[in-house]
Amino acid sequence: MQYISNKNKILKKLIFFILFFTSSCFAEDLRININSGQVDPLPIAIADFTGEKGKASETGRLISQVISNNLVSSGQFKAVDSAAFIAPPTSPSVRPNFTDWSPLGIKALITGSIKNVDDQQIEIEFRLWDVIAETDLIGLRLSVNSKAWRRVAHIISDEIFERLSGDSGYFDTRIVYIAESGPQDKRLKRLAIMDQDGENHQYLTDGSFLVLTPRFSPTTQEITYLAYFKNEPRVYIFNLETGQQELLGSFPGMTFAPRFSPTGDKIIMSLATKGVTDIYTMNLNNQKVTRLTNSVSIDTSPSFSPNGKKVIFNSDRGGSQQIYIMDNNGNNVKRISFGKGRYATPVWAPKGELIAFTKMLKNKFFIGVMAPDGSGERLLAEGYLVEGPTWAPNGRVLMYFKQEAPKDNGKSSSVNLYKIDITGFRETRILTPSDGSDPAWSPLLPN
Amino acid sequence: MKKFIAIVGAVSLLSACETASQKVVTGSTASTSSGSTSASSSVEKKKSLFAQAKQTAADKLIAVGDRVLFDYDSAKLDSGAKILLDAQSRFLRANSDLNFIVEGHCDERGTREYNLALGEQRATAVRDYLVIQGIDPERIKVISYGKEKPAVVGSNSMAWSKNRRAVTIID
Repeated sequence: MQYISNKNKILKKLIFFILFFTSSCFAEDLRININSGQVDPLPIAIADFTGEKGKASETGRLISQVISNNLVSSGQFKAVDSAAFIAPPTSPSVRPNFTDWSPLGIKALITGSIKNVDDQQIEIEFRLWDVIAETDLIGLRLSVNSKAWRRVAHIISDEIFERLSGDSGYFDTRIVYIAESGPQDKRLKRLAIMDQDGENHQYLTDGSFLVLTPRFSPTTQEITYLAYFKNEPRVYIFNLETGQQELLGSFPGMTFAPRFSPTGDKIIMSLATKGVTDIYTMNLNNQKVTRLTNSVSIDTSPSFSPNGKKVIFNSDRGGSQQIYIMDNNGNNVKRISFGKGRYATPVWAPKGELIAFTKMLKNKFFIGVMAPDGSGERLLAEGYLVEGPTWAPNGRVLMYFKQEAPKDNGKSSSVNLYKIDITGFRETRILTPSDGSDPAWSPLLPN
Repeated sequence: MKKFIAIVGAVSLLSACETASQKVVTGSTASTSSGSTSASSSVEKKKSLFAQAKQTAADKLIAVGDRVLFDYDSAKLDSGAKILLDAQSRFLRANSDLNFIVEGHCDERGTREYNLALGEQRATAVRDYLVIQGIDPERIKVISYGKEKPAVVGSNSMAWSKNRRAVTIID
């Protein structure tokens, strides 16, 4: 574990400072365009963060590596190999000699430093420079527990992404998912959590009971998921601070498909009993249960709109599995998916403009997006089985899982996590210690 | 400034009291291996006898027919399934000291959550049929595993058809 030590805040001081060495402070020319799919990535140089008295520092080198990996993984940046650098890394308080950088085609430069404050605290500082306009764009100094350097690297990555794209970042986040191992018919499934880049991987359950479909709270360090604890499938809430799980309510049947409401005070989920599956909410403050649908069909996979006023879900009430929308009290149910095939697992984008879904058509599965009124369907990824999209908190990237076709000799197939840009480009596998499914992206971590 | 809360506590504290999940006994692989030799106490002896009797009953249930299959995306019992469940209900009636669980399963060609609901529909269809045949509803529980526990691994229609099933086991 990186930054356990204590439950106190790790970011003791968070000092923003933006100093401008030149007067052309609003150099809006250095921008990446994240709305176009195929881009020429912006060439960026990330100098190793310097240590005491400008000397090289191992942690400083690692920090710049994490920032580089983050920015490159977004597809919007190309990190220029440090072997090509003409000048040695400089302190962020020193104005670089831009002519050392511009000949390499570098448009943006990041310099940084790390120094020990005391036994536990370190101070990390960075500055982003516009090499062409010869000006600094943003700077930040953070004083943190020395174990938290990796988080600081993610925070810095988000600052840089935000400054250059105009959109919020998504690097200081975590992924909760189901780690899978063993043969397909005797699968061991464990709840697991890791940083967005796969670091700090940790198992939260030991596999002695089946767990599925974890989702983050938008407001607390909690996860809601389905557990077959004592062989009774029910929705639970897992507290990341205490490591304990709590059964949600008392229902006369299987509860599943849970998600938090945008304010985190409710869980929306399905209850299956007597052959009927309907959608319910449970208020976490007063345990009040509200039934939203009342049909003899399968109504499941509910997801709130970001403003909490609407709910999307999938239902087979019209004969085949399709996506529907309704008010948060269950009124005004309308079907919104009208394309060919079956539609499932709708999940609302953080900013509300899109919903992501799983589609099944002619023995293939797809991940797609559409507007909440069902228009503008675009399919982004496909496979023998792709399922369960989850949004990065800035709505630019989707993560999901992909299963290869099992061999007909009974051999299991692999299941892995993937992410893809919502432009439909850069499908990338997320490396996990074993197979993985059911990913859920956290909000940006509170600092 | 907002408080950052670190994750504390590693692996769950809750594994200890998990009961072993019921295994789906498939085909002829059921063994009669429960004859514990350490019958030093009569309690253990009784337990072992009970386990043996249960195993024998489980074998008989498989011989009678422990499972019915379903069409794609359907929880409807066809006539073949009903004939099998008629025999199953006779077995349940003849073993009135035993309780049962009907497990609903799906093939992998559906989404996880929908399949959990569909598996519940399938298990319930079987339970409802058995109840109509006069079995006490208190004796039959249902559980859905969705697509989590395939009987056959494969990416062909034969494998999928065998996985779309409801299996009756002894509780």
